Amino acid sequence: MAEPALSIRGLTKVYGNGFQALKGIDLDVQQGDFFALLGPNGAGKSTTLGVVCSLVQKTAGKVSIFGIDIDKDFAKAKYQLGVVPQEFNFNQFEKVLDIVLAQAGYYGMKRSEALPRAKQLLTDLGLWEKRNGSARMLSGGMKRRLMIARALMHRPKLLILDEPTAGVDIELRRSMWEYMRRINRDEGTTIILTTHYLEEAESLCRNIAIINHGEIVRNTSVRELLAELDTETFLLDLSEPVARVPVIEGFELQQIEPSQLALVIHRGQQLNDVFSALSAQGIQVVSMRNRANRLEEMFVSMVESSQQAIDQREKQEARV
Amino acid sequence: MNAMQTLVALWTLVLKEIKRFTRIWPQTLLPPSITMAMYFIIFGSLIGSRIGEMDGFSYMDFIVPGLIMMSVITNSYSNVASSFFSNKFQRSIEEMMVSPMPNGVILSGFILGGMARGLGVGLIVTLVSLFFTRLTVEHPLLTVLVVVLTSALFSIGGFINALLANKFDDISIVPTFILTPLTYLGGVFYSISMLPDFWQGVSMLNPILYMVNVFRYGFLGVSDIPVGWALAAIFAFIVVLFMVALTMLERGKGIRS
Repeated sequence: MAEPALSIRGLTKVYGNGFQALKGIDLDVQQGDFFALLGPNGAGKSTTLGVVCSLVQKTAGKVSIFGIDIDKDFAKAKYQLGVVPQEFNFNQFEKVLDIVLAQAGYYGMKRSEALPRAKQLLTDLGLWEKRNGSARMLSGGMKRRLMIARALMHRPKLLILDEPTAGVDIELRRSMWEYMRRINRDEGTTIILTTHYLEEAESLCRNIAIINHGEIVRNTSVRELLAELDTETFLLDLSEPVARVPVIEGFELQQIEPSQLALVIHRGQQLNDVFSALSAQGIQVVSMRNRANRLEEMFVSMVESSQQAIDQREKQEARV
Repeated sequence: MNAMQTLVALWTLVLKEIKRFTRIWPQTLLPPSITMAMYFIIFGSLIGSRIGEMDGFSYMDFIVPGLIMMSVITNSYSNVASSFFSNKFQRSIEEMMVSPMPNGVILSGFILGGMARGLGVGLIVTLVSLFFTRLTVEHPLLTVLVVVLTSALFSIGGFINALLANKFDDISIVPTFILTPLTYLGGVFYSISMLPDFWQGVSMLNPILYMVNVFRYGFLGVSDIPVGWALAAIFAFIVVLFMVALTMLERGKGIRS
């Protein structure tokens, strides 16, 4: 079996103030995967990725990128790695083209090789027309795309995207998703994504790890995770307002608005039964949608149960 | 990285630094030219004509090497200090940190960038001085050697300052409270032979005195201190400070969590 694109063993990080951000995490991301690393703020996502791309010094543990141990040959490992950070980290006063060419230069790419690559990437990401403008003149979405172009200049095999679509409008977000899917599918680039938009993770990623309080709470495929969902809530838009909440045996219904109901479906229950029962009561459903993103529901419940486990552990330790 | 890739990376960084200070030339190249022209007019022509000779040379000829050296020192230092700190502040230093560029190349790139500005400003000030005096250079090779070494030394100093700095104020403290007094008291405007013995001894503790004197020796052929000893001291300072800066960079001082 091929070496994982990223392999982490026993990764621990204790900051100078004593805060333990990572508590010995293990994680594997296979080559070609589109992987989501999720967790609430302060869970340890950015610290983990910071260690992988050398912005944070680890306290203990082992990190390998395509089988290359970063403690033994970090420079070689870095050639495989492209990083799109959460915050803008380029010189805002430099020209767009200069920023991507400089990044290629840092990887030892000659200008003659870097220029066509920059043209291709900036064109693909809709920035070629802006190449001679100062980066500070770009919109927020354009700046994010500039960081993607910059990260791809040296053709990395592993791309780390730390909240790449934060603050980006829906249309642009969709086009960025399409671009990320394309480089994952066509060029085989392994992608690790952190995001707060769980719809994004559900739509793009095949595998997922959830981190909380510096520990990996779950590490599985998106499909398996969603299959564990016990309940789903749907919003039903009705053709006419109803005076009271219809009663259907075995189902929970709530009135949200005069012509909108919330329906909770448990595993094994059939939507058809609800539609038939409503129809029998003379109520017509015009449209239906999920109340919340399914992964979001799962994520919230896992983070909450992880928090409860930690609270319980702390109580037990306090008693001892 | 192989040798060619390392060279490309180094050149990229140096070129980026040169582009940076030339892009903002009204802040970087113009002010020292005007300030030094003022020094030449006021101290060299107006006051200098009443001072008479210093070490057997006209006062204007005496202060020109010192003023060139002063420009080189302050510009080499401040270029690296402000550029590297600005990279830290804007987090664009991360572009370099995530790349396979060795720390020695990052350090050398900033030093060479600082030297480019320091020596560039030194050249401009030299050209400005030609409006006021006829320069003669007694020892051209020594003159070039000492100005290059001094520029390198203060570029490294600026780098260390920027690594340790947490806010913009921190990169102006050293130039204002240490560098400027040492430069003014480093024999730019006077010969230390004019001082009482005690203050001559104190002056010998000022490293800038050695640089100014060796540089002046290159131009005029006179120096208050032994030239060979001064060159060795500058070179030793460069080696020690380079190793200190590199160690700090390797440890991620001020740039890695």
